[in-house]
Amino acid sequence: MADDNSKYGWPAADQRTLIGKRISRVDGPEKVSGRAKYTYDVHRPGMLYGKVVRSPHAHAKVVSVDTSAAEKMPGIKGVYIIQDKGSEIHWAGDDVVVVAAVDEPTAADAARTIKVEYEPLPHFVDDFTQPQNVPENTGPLTRRDLFQMLDDEMPEQQFVATLQKRGLAFKVAPALIKQLQDDEQPENVIKAIQAAPVKEPEPNNSSNSSYKKEAEQVKGDPDAGFKEAEVVSEGIYGCPVITHCCLESHGSIAEWTDSDHLFSHISTQNVSGLAGQYAQALNIPEANVHVHQDHIGGGFGSKFGIDRWGAYTAQVSKKAGGKPVRVMLERDAELEVAGCRPSAFAKVKVGAKKDGTLIAWQSESWGTGGPGGGGAPPMPYVVNIPNQRKQHTAVATNIGPARAWRAPNHPQGCLITMSAIEDCAAKLGMDPMQLMLKNIALTAPSEDTYHRADTYRDELMIAADLIGWKQNWHPRGQDSGTVKRGLGLAIHTWGGRGHESNCALTIYPTGSVEIQMGTQDLGVGTRTAILIVAGDTLGLQLNQMELKIGDNQYPKSGGSGGSTTIGGVSSSTRRAAIDAREQLFAKVASALNAKPDDLEAVGGSIRVKSAPSRSLSWKDACARLGTQPIQALGKNPGPGDLISSGVGGAVMADVSVDTETGVVKMNKMVCVQDCGLVISLKTAESQVYGAMIMGIATTLYEEKIMDNNLGTMLNPNMDFYRLAGIGDVGELVVHMMTGKGYDERGPIGLGEPPTVGPMAAIGNAVANAIGVRVPFLPITPDRVVNALNPKGGSNATV
Amino acid sequence: NGKKLNAQLEPRVTLLDALRDQFELTGAKRVCDRGTCGACTVLMDNKAVYSCSVLAIDAQSAQITTVEGLGEPGHLHPIQQAFIDNDAQQCGFCTPGFVVATKAFLDQHPNPTPEQIKHGLGGNFCRCGTYAGMRAAILQAAKTKGA
Repeated sequence: MADDNSKYGWPAADQRTLIGKRISRVDGPEKVSGRAKYTYDVHRPGMLYGKVVRSPHAHAKVVSVDTSAAEKMPGIKGVYIIQDKGSEIHWAGDDVVVVAAVDEPTAADAARTIKVEYEPLPHFVDDFTQPQNVPENTGPLTRRDLFQMLDDEMPEQQFVATLQKRGLAFKVAPALIKQLQDDEQPENVIKAIQAAPVKEPEPNNSSNSSYKKEAEQVKGDPDAGFKEAEVVSEGIYGCPVITHCCLESHGSIAEWTDSDHLFSHISTQNVSGLAGQYAQALNIPEANVHVHQDHIGGGFGSKFGIDRWGAYTAQVSKKAGGKPVRVMLERDAELEVAGCRPSAFAKVKVGAKKDGTLIAWQSESWGTGGPGGGGAPPMPYVVNIPNQRKQHTAVATNIGPARAWRAPNHPQGCLITMSAIEDCAAKLGMDPMQLMLKNIALTAPSEDTYHRADTYRDELMIAADLIGWKQNWHPRGQDSGTVKRGLGLAIHTWGGRGHESNCALTIYPTGSVEIQMGTQDLGVGTRTAILIVAGDTLGLQLNQMELKIGDNQYPKSGGSGGSTTIGGVSSSTRRAAIDAREQLFAKVASALNAKPDDLEAVGGSIRVKSAPSRSLSWKDACARLGTQPIQALGKNPGPGDLISSGVGGAVMADVSVDTETGVVKMNKMVCVQDCGLVISLKTAESQVYGAMIMGIATTLYEEKIMDNNLGTMLNPNMDFYRLAGIGDVGELVVHMMTGKGYDERGPIGLGEPPTVGPMAAIGNAVANAIGVRVPFLPITPDRVVNALNPKGGSNATV
Repeated sequence: NGKKLNAQLEPRVTLLDALRDQFELTGAKRVCDRGTCGACTVLMDNKAVYSCSVLAIDAQSAQITTVEGLGEPGHLHPIQQAFIDNDAQQCGFCTPGFVVATKAFLDQHPNPTPEQIKHGLGGNFCRCGTYAGMRAAILQAAKTKGA
């Protein structure tokens, strides 16, 4: 039995009692009644409150720090200098000093007495202006350059020539060669990498050090492609830096239970992964760090680390004799330093035949991911046009450090690609839905295991039905009246394979069931999903089991990012529950006069499959365990084929645009989404609704607006960093792809994919309505009016 | 919530901070801290207020109802039950504010139209995007309350 992997599967559709059903989230009652405790709500005995002195400069050297007045103030229990004399500040709002006091007002008073002198340095926050005349980086290739070239499937000859010319900036380790062999890279490519000269990186060869122009990427023959094209459309597109704007800001409560043991309540997406980070920052053993979190008020990709503030909260607690200190970021800091999705802009040319066949793509793109510059979004996105030439320039800025934001790089790549394709369709006079269907074969990934192109086609057809594409779509700009209506579409993808996860499941002789896992529920329904899987396997209702998560003393589970949680936690739980069930069957089989293999656990009883009347209630069955509970540890990865990766989705938007005021109104949006086997249907749908609403906000409202002169953020508050409200979102429809072709692939992550398409779909709907492209997001009224009146008044810039 | 509570506070302390730090009523949250997002909504003499923008001294002898006072697990208010049934929360950080704002709204508009909901609850923000569930929840709560 033990080496038989086939037992680890998902139940067939007619056998599922809880999986895929619409079940209310288990922590709903706590949340709606205000009882759910977030990090921000935790009140530790003797807790002190921290306040932080932040840099007003975007780029500066710290010259001196004087904390003497603060240290003498009554009620001040600790002062810790985070960045002392000589430190270099790279963005406004960066943390310099933290004080801990008996209450918040006292801490704020003390922070105001701290004197920091700065030597301002030149800053740069303009990621919008297209980099001009930047020489291409010709220095040796970094590891990232190399993988980018491989990802882009650069032709072998060009690959080898580039390697010989530029060389490598690092020594090739045997592990890299093995990885390339495992990836089945061509032999000539691997040989060329082994033979490439290792060179010292040249001193910066660019005249403006803010720009780093990456090597041109070529696929197929773009020159021939554009020659062959009967129609070529050109456009410029882009979206600015936006922030995560978690409603619960980043922060933690740190306390020292003795001189080298830390206890941290922290708002995190990564309960099991933080101890190592603390250990490194504080120079204590990882085993001495206890991390706990019950609920989190939003993360969206920005809460994987302890961050600078996690470390200094622990440091200032130490200064205060180990007492608990709470530091939660203020709203302005949250928006300035704790969340930042890279911008992306591009000039694009698309070439097509008269029948709509897409044949050539050319793009020059740029964008910023903060001080490091950042990489190019995937382009052309999903639609793999055969002939391509593209070049990306990374812009290093003092806007603030980038963090992962739901589906990193995909929304930007999708916006630019789908906008360019829609513009091409408009130039052809073609329905973009027809153009997409015509080119649907280009959407199949190179290793297509489940016919992705068919999924996209099916999803587009369903979405078209739901939004009334046939009845409501009209050629671009042909709606009459001042308020014009338009429709737009986009398709998107994501990986989402389950992460490493361990689930400890115990069945006690009393019949109670306890599940422990070091995971976290970001509000996506992780608690509910784990219990659904365990309940479906053991024949129990959700309230018959106790689930413990949110603590690093439970078995380790991965961080919740990249849509990896559902695949990880559901497969580790399924394996644990199947193993525990098998042990229970072995214990009770003789009492039922049957073999263990003939038993099933259904509806709160253990019974004989062929004679269901021969049964034991769950409680009676467990009583036969005597004094020994059943303990099972389920792991992912593990035996059996429970999960996979790679999904497709389609989004369609219906908008009305007032051409006099420039206001865009959402009429309706539809998302048709695949995520393999749906575990918890109700919370899965909620996640898709939420992704669409976030998409509406990023398309119409959100922008981290920077002041070029001061280098600071102009809108670090929720009046001017606007989110979507309940009246802004229009009618929303979610359709999950389920059943044959989907269920057998097992659960695949859902957090990222539906966030990708909305920007592109809404942008295309606006272009369809008003007849011209609003090139840059957010699509604010002024940008709409300017796009309609390109030669208008003195403010006609975008 | 029907109890008389006393505290000695500095004049600058807000009603929100007093509720949270003195009385352990942590349902109401501080998010924008300037009367924009509605996460701190409580009822003051049956009227919805942003408790981040009310000083504690101005709330002396007023009747304050927080989300905790509307119901508790096992004895939930119909609005809270409707939020669960329609999955009108994800991370749940904005939820207490929305639940209390919905109470005040339905007191004023017992049979709301979708248009009234748009305006009546436009003073609260959710980041996870739970408005689809909320619209359904508010309509359900209006019905169950009338029944």
